[in-house]
Amino acid sequence: MRIAVLVKYVPDINAERRFADCRVVRDPAEGTLNELDENALEAALRIVEALPEAEREASEVVALTVAPPEGDLALRKSFQMGVDRGIRVSDDALAGSDYFGTTAALAAAVRRLEAEGPVDLVVTGMAALDGLGSVVPALVAAELDRPALTFAKKVAVEAGTLEIVRETDEATETLTAPLPAVLSVADTANTPRFPNFKLIMAARTKQIEAWSAADLDLDLAAVGAAGARTETTQASPRPEKPEVELVQDKGSGGQALAEYLIRNDLV
Amino acid sequence: MAEATRNRTVLVLLDPATEVRSSVLELLTIARSLGRVEAVTLEAPTVEALAQLSAFGVETVHQAELAPATQGDARHLAPVVAATLAAAVRLTDADVVLAPSSFAAKEAAALAARELGAGVVIDAASVTEDGDGRVVAGKRVFAGSWDTTSTVRTEVAVLTVRANAVVPQPADAAVATEVEGFAVAVDGVVPTVVERTPTVRDSDRPTLEEAAVVVAGGRGTGGDFGPVNELADALGAAVGASRDAVFEGWFDRYVGQTGVTVAPRLYIGAGISGAPHHRGGMQASQVVVAVNNDPEAPIFEICDFAVVGDLTEVLPQAAAIIRAHKDQ
Ligand SMILES: Cc1cc2nc3c(=O)[nH]c(=O)nc-3n(C[C@H](O)[C@H](O)[C@H](O)COP(=O)(O)OP(=O)(O)OC[C@H]3O[C@@H](n4cnc5c(N)ncnc54)[C@H](O)[C@@H]3O)c2cc1C
Repeated sequence: MRIAVLVKYVPDINAERRFADCRVVRDPAEGTLNELDENALEAALRIVEALPEAEREASEVVALTVAPPEGDLALRKSFQMGVDRGIRVSDDALAGSDYFGTTAALAAAVRRLEAEGPVDLVVTGMAALDGLGSVVPALVAAELDRPALTFAKKVAVEAGTLEIVRETDEATETLTAPLPAVLSVADTANTPRFPNFKLIMAARTKQIEAWSAADLDLDLAAVGAAGARTETTQASPRPEKPEVELVQDKGSGGQALAEYLIRNDLV
Repeated sequence: MAEATRNRTVLVLLDPATEVRSSVLELLTIARSLGRVEAVTLEAPTVEALAQLSAFGVETVHQAELAPATQGDARHLAPVVAATLAAAVRLTDADVVLAPSSFAAKEAAALAARELGAGVVIDAASVTEDGDGRVVAGKRVFAGSWDTTSTVRTEVAVLTVRANAVVPQPADAAVATEVEGFAVAVDGVVPTVVERTPTVRDSDRPTLEEAAVVVAGGRGTGGDFGPVNELADALGAAVGASRDAVFEGWFDRYVGQTGVTVAPRLYIGAGISGAPHHRGGMQASQVVVAVNNDPEAPIFEICDFAVVGDLTEVLPQAAAIIRAHKDQ
């Protein structure tokens, strides 16, 4: 079983996130592995761990990111969780990509991996905590002409078939698709493991493989800011909220709350 | 809302077509400000749905005619909905596609845009046009702390729009609504639906993502959502929760970046600390109120009004006064 996990390097949601010149500022001091990708890594590792020994030995989990060099941090974290390989695709030509540009680069990287040997499964998190679009997994699947099983809260792989259970806004669904497939994992699917000492040490010596756009079969006109079909034309911080009106409950806190709502026409 | 200046055709996704939710009524309202509105469905709309479409100015409903393999439960899957939207755009020469911001509709919108070579905006909070007639979307990002504007550079624009973007407004006059079938071929690979159980929602309360008022309970409820429900009922609000409360099994749906994103007029968090993940899903609310017995609770940082106190005391007291006020 060969699994590619698509991971993203994002600004930490605990840090002050901002834009400059309509682009997200990616400050290396405040960048991190998208937390939801930890669920993807966990799912991939568990799928491999559940295999019979011989198959497990022959398996490979590859973390793949499209990011500037700072993005190595996301791959280092992936190593610490236990992935075998880490690949970063960086290229100035990719900066400013929209969903389709990003997808094209990710899919091209998977295809290059595929040139080495089959990739049975592509796994992603359910969203990136910076953009929160949640559409890249489905787009990558379409680009690779594979089925997408997304937002999984339960995952099983058996006899070449992927089965998931998910809860959409409308229904609870059990879906299946034959491998090779694309899987996105919800945060409810698992609890990501904490890296142990052994893995942290091993992660230090692992080499990150760096690819550029030229290494991929990629139409450069369709990626980057020039190829983007949408453009962020304005970005401004919201005005700060006025100081909170804080009421200490001394027996009439509920009344104060009700009066606030009535006074502000919220009832 | 300003009347459309251009002769655009705007398609609005209606899936399911059993009812027209307030989020779709909002889409129809926005659509009318951009051009002529038509709806796209994957099944026959109900009589009630048709009546609302007519009141909201929809003259034509395009209903997909699908091959047997993609009928049934599979028709709600993203590749099928996407193929339907793309085919409808080609059929009607539409300029704009609007869909709600559910996870399923986001995927369908992106896949349709891919097929059409169109630009896509996910989670728009407003949709307008610029001086050159290009479609422009406003977004709230980074947990509601930044406003951005995205301009669509392609001829066709596909957008998913967050609930509570506008107040739904019927058309000046109702129109006659006709349903027309059109053939849809699905090229993409479609997963197999082994089982599908539609979610049954509490019909006495508004749905969480669309409600104008949300009362959410967290770990601080200790598992008793009674006070949260009581205040929600007094306000006619939807009930939500934190992820921890859902993981405890106290409630079924949580507010936050990975749960439901809400942007109501009023959000009240009770016994919720205000973790960044939770804030990311509610910070765009117009008014934020919290009840928490810890004076240092992080949620207070983003509140307009808050009570430091025990929610089991504060919420029922507030509910009683609000009920009395409404009875006046
Ligand atoms: C990848 C990831 C994604 C996540 N996504 C989400 C998400 O989408 N939504 C979400 O909500 N969480 C999410 N979380 C979890 C989040 O980080 C927090 O753990 C969670 O929101 C905390 O829930 P809480 O506020 O109910 O509990 P706590 O943080 O334990 O807070 C409970 C609060 O209740 C107060 N309290 C206790 N007793 C009372 C009382 N009697 N009266 C009044 N107040 C009282 C306490 O002072 C405290 O502030 C996510 C976590 C991860 C790792």
